[in-house]
Amino acid sequence: MEKRDVIIVGGGPAGLAAAVELHNKGITDILILEREKHLGGILRQCIHDGFGLTRFRTTLSGPEYAQRFIDEVVEKKIPYRTDTTVLEVSPDKVVTVASREGLVQYQARAVILTMGCRERTRGALAIPGERPTGVFTAGVAQAYMNLYNRMPAKEVVILGSGDIGMIMARRLTLEGAHVQAVFEIQPIPSGLPRNIEQCLNDYNIPLYLSHTVTDVHGGSRLTGVTISRVDEHLRPIPGTEKEYACDTLILSVGLIPENELSLDAGVKLDNRTKGAIVDEHFQTNVEGIFVAGNVLHVHDLVDFVSMEAERLADSAAEYIKHGSLPECPVEIVTDGNIGHTIPQKISGSQDVTLSMRVRSLIKNCRIVVKQNGEEIASKKMKKALPAEMIQIPVKAEKINGTQKLEVSVEC
Amino acid sequence: MKHLYDVLIVGGGMVGSAIARELSRYQLKIGVLEKNLDVCYETSGRNSAVVHGGFAYDEGTLKARLCVEGNQMMGDLAEELDFPFLRCGKVLVGNTEEDMATLKRTLIQGEKNGSRGLEIIDEDRLHELVPAAVGKFAMYSPNSGILDPFQYTIALAENAHENGVEYYFDHQVTGIAREEDGTYRISTIQGDFQCRWVVNAAGLGCGKISDMLGIRGYKIIGSKGDYIILDKRTGPLLPMPVYPVPSNTYMGIHVTNTIDGNVTVGPNADMVDDFEYYGALQKNIDYLAESASRIWPHINRADYIRNYSGILPKWVDDNGTIQDFKIEIRDDLAPHAITLVGIESPGLTAAVPIARYAINLMKEREELKENPDFNPRRKGIVRFAEQSKEEQARLIKENPDYGEVICRCEKVTRAEILEAIHNPLGVSTMVGVKYRTRSMMGRCQGGYCQMRLEQMIEEELGKKETEVLYARQGSQVIMGKVREEE
Amino acid sequence: MLREFTCIICPNGCEIEADIEDGKLLSIEGATCPRGEAYVRQELTDPQRNIATSVLVKNGVLPLASVRLTSPVPKERIFDVMAEVRKVTVEAPVQAGTVVIKGILGYDSDVIVTKTVTRK
Repeated sequence: MEKRDVIIVGGGPAGLAAAVELHNKGITDILILEREKHLGGILRQCIHDGFGLTRFRTTLSGPEYAQRFIDEVVEKKIPYRTDTTVLEVSPDKVVTVASREGLVQYQARAVILTMGCRERTRGALAIPGERPTGVFTAGVAQAYMNLYNRMPAKEVVILGSGDIGMIMARRLTLEGAHVQAVFEIQPIPSGLPRNIEQCLNDYNIPLYLSHTVTDVHGGSRLTGVTISRVDEHLRPIPGTEKEYACDTLILSVGLIPENELSLDAGVKLDNRTKGAIVDEHFQTNVEGIFVAGNVLHVHDLVDFVSMEAERLADSAAEYIKHGSLPECPVEIVTDGNIGHTIPQKISGSQDVTLSMRVRSLIKNCRIVVKQNGEEIASKKMKKALPAEMIQIPVKAEKINGTQKLEVSVEC
Repeated sequence: MKHLYDVLIVGGGMVGSAIARELSRYQLKIGVLEKNLDVCYETSGRNSAVVHGGFAYDEGTLKARLCVEGNQMMGDLAEELDFPFLRCGKVLVGNTEEDMATLKRTLIQGEKNGSRGLEIIDEDRLHELVPAAVGKFAMYSPNSGILDPFQYTIALAENAHENGVEYYFDHQVTGIAREEDGTYRISTIQGDFQCRWVVNAAGLGCGKISDMLGIRGYKIIGSKGDYIILDKRTGPLLPMPVYPVPSNTYMGIHVTNTIDGNVTVGPNADMVDDFEYYGALQKNIDYLAESASRIWPHINRADYIRNYSGILPKWVDDNGTIQDFKIEIRDDLAPHAITLVGIESPGLTAAVPIARYAINLMKEREELKENPDFNPRRKGIVRFAEQSKEEQARLIKENPDYGEVICRCEKVTRAEILEAIHNPLGVSTMVGVKYRTRSMMGRCQGGYCQMRLEQMIEEELGKKETEVLYARQGSQVIMGKVREEE
Repeated sequence: MLREFTCIICPNGCEIEADIEDGKLLSIEGATCPRGEAYVRQELTDPQRNIATSVLVKNGVLPLASVRLTSPVPKERIFDVMAEVRKVTVEAPVQAGTVVIKGILGYDSDVIVTKTVTRK
């Protein structure tokens, strides 16, 4: 069995950033495993710009953002394999892969899981009605258009105001499709305000909040959808049904971390994030298995994905050098207003940045981190949206002992 | 007009294909006229996929007799035709005295029908069998099982095809006329056919085809049921199907482990007369989960991956009472025409015995000569995901296409997809590939692989992007190119 | 008159409230950086946008190469830009950064390739 210090599963923005940073820290016995023909992950199909403002201080398209890391991987001669699918990661860090060259197993000292996420589907939502073709997740439509040169739509309705959905509204419009409207079941949009502005408003595409699809028509290709208004419990209100004739329904209704390999490896997941439970080193409950990026929790910006993976790489490098990492006995709990934090556990002995999201729109509030009732960090928020990831730094010097930290919203 | 067939079978579902396969044991020129683009688009592919024990049907009925026969032969058939089948058993759980009385009656009926091994078990034994099942007692049927209904139907059809049966897809029958010489002229949307024998195995269309044959008066109603499919992570919690105590005509909403490790929840039973509408109502989906949670409390929305619906053709009398299978030749009205009416559940279990029963009717009227070249065996597509690591390594070495995983959820490789695209029946839809390989059937529902599949179908079959169909005529996936080459 | 803007310059998407009289900006509130004010001023006089799309690639490992503009162009010209981009076909290999249309529609903005596509 071949041996490697670090195996990285997934060559997208998290995996690539982790690889480069590991190399910077002197860990060179790395192997990146990528199932696609090219490195870059989902960014390859995200051809719009707006990436990189935080990480590179300039605005880039997805492929350009990925290329910056790919160039470094190539320059540093970091080994990678494309067209290679990881079939299994075992708890003792044996990684089984398949490619045209054969079935190979690697014994790694550390495994970094950066598989990203998948889209929630129509089936997962159990949208009623018939099952014609023409119902696509936004990412599938994006792949057809941007990677395969295939136009999947003419008359379009979009369900869900996720960022990819809005970006596809613009993309489809530019390529001659007619996007009738975007419908969002929640009373607030789930994507970023700038995308509402530049992807919908610019093209006069209306966004209807508190609306959802309640029926799907067509035995072959989609012929139309029924839209209903929903009440405050998100239940359709009878009598509000309206028919929209269309050949395509695009779904942008959420992303789910893709953790099947993690589960095989014995990694415990957090029910709230659907990603792993990690400590401040981004280490899971399985020693030597690390997780970052969208497989850990769904991010709003790719910049934060890469930066999280870089922090992970710093810890993984320490792990390889010393064979272990400091214990993380300090748990972090949240109140009902904060969905979760990443990490969920910290050592208390080093500075750490907590990532989190609010669960509903909050205005003029403070997010407060307390230990033993004492405030140890906070952030003022004029407006906090669930669409945005919030980061709060916590200083080690403020943390006393191993009592849990409590994160809450104060208005 | 195509030349003269000995037998034309209308309908290529599991019953039509079982008849085709069983008839191909004889020296006959056989064709199958199927209105869809593949063999299991309707009832054959839209059901619970349970191989029934045969205890649920009245003594002396064809349903009882052919179901028990079908159950007993399923293991050999699965081996011969290489489709996935598991004799996992099943339980019917109850709580009340009335439930117990019904289960005891069911058990006695089952024993009379020839269903073997039935027993009433207590709660402890129930929990040994299915730890997650909820009930104070149960009837256990050890010989019940599950299979892959797509592969089963495809296996029957492919074996028939290998033995010389010709399949005509997209050939909806529009009329049948008896010629002076006693042959039948069958008109389809793609031209006329001529044959000496007609078999009406049209499933939901059996009433229409009977009418065309001049055998009028069969009243067919549809019993439509919706199902929810759950993520594979729920599979380990359900080692065998769990049913409630049945009523007279309806087995109730149950949870079923699928042969691939998912769980299905359903079906409800709505009486319908539109046999082409497969839409699911929100209230039905919610009701399924609520109802089945009482017997198996692991139904969570987070595990939903898809829902589907199926319609069973039920033959009813004037009072609306559901009748037995009807398999007959009406020499007075339509000689040389075998009609199969009301082939609903347990049609999946009983398909081959149904076929043999129908062929026996034919044999009573015409001597059939054995086909010495008949080969009962058929080989399916080797599934990479189900092989040991050693075997996987060997497969890739032999054919590198096995090393290219196209569908990540179900770990389906390029080799399997290529084999499915070039399937013996010449089916070219995306769903055709899905049914043959499980690509697009996993939790991401084709989010990762559907573009690749679409592209491979274009490339392998030389189709334009606008010619690739998902399932039915008119189900184009792609509207054109983003950038057209001039 | 008060008018609301959502700044699109960065992902913060600041909600800016501007007091405008006869097309003139009197006061502005809500921008967390100077780019916000610049954005509002631009929106008032001449809203500009960048766009991303693709050009056809011949003999490439991919059928399309993604492209974008090097700087924004007036918003109302977006579909004119699209019409120009649609006419472009490039031959593989094509490198990211390659200019495929210089000075699109006479503006000081080029259409550049954002994804390297190697030859088949």
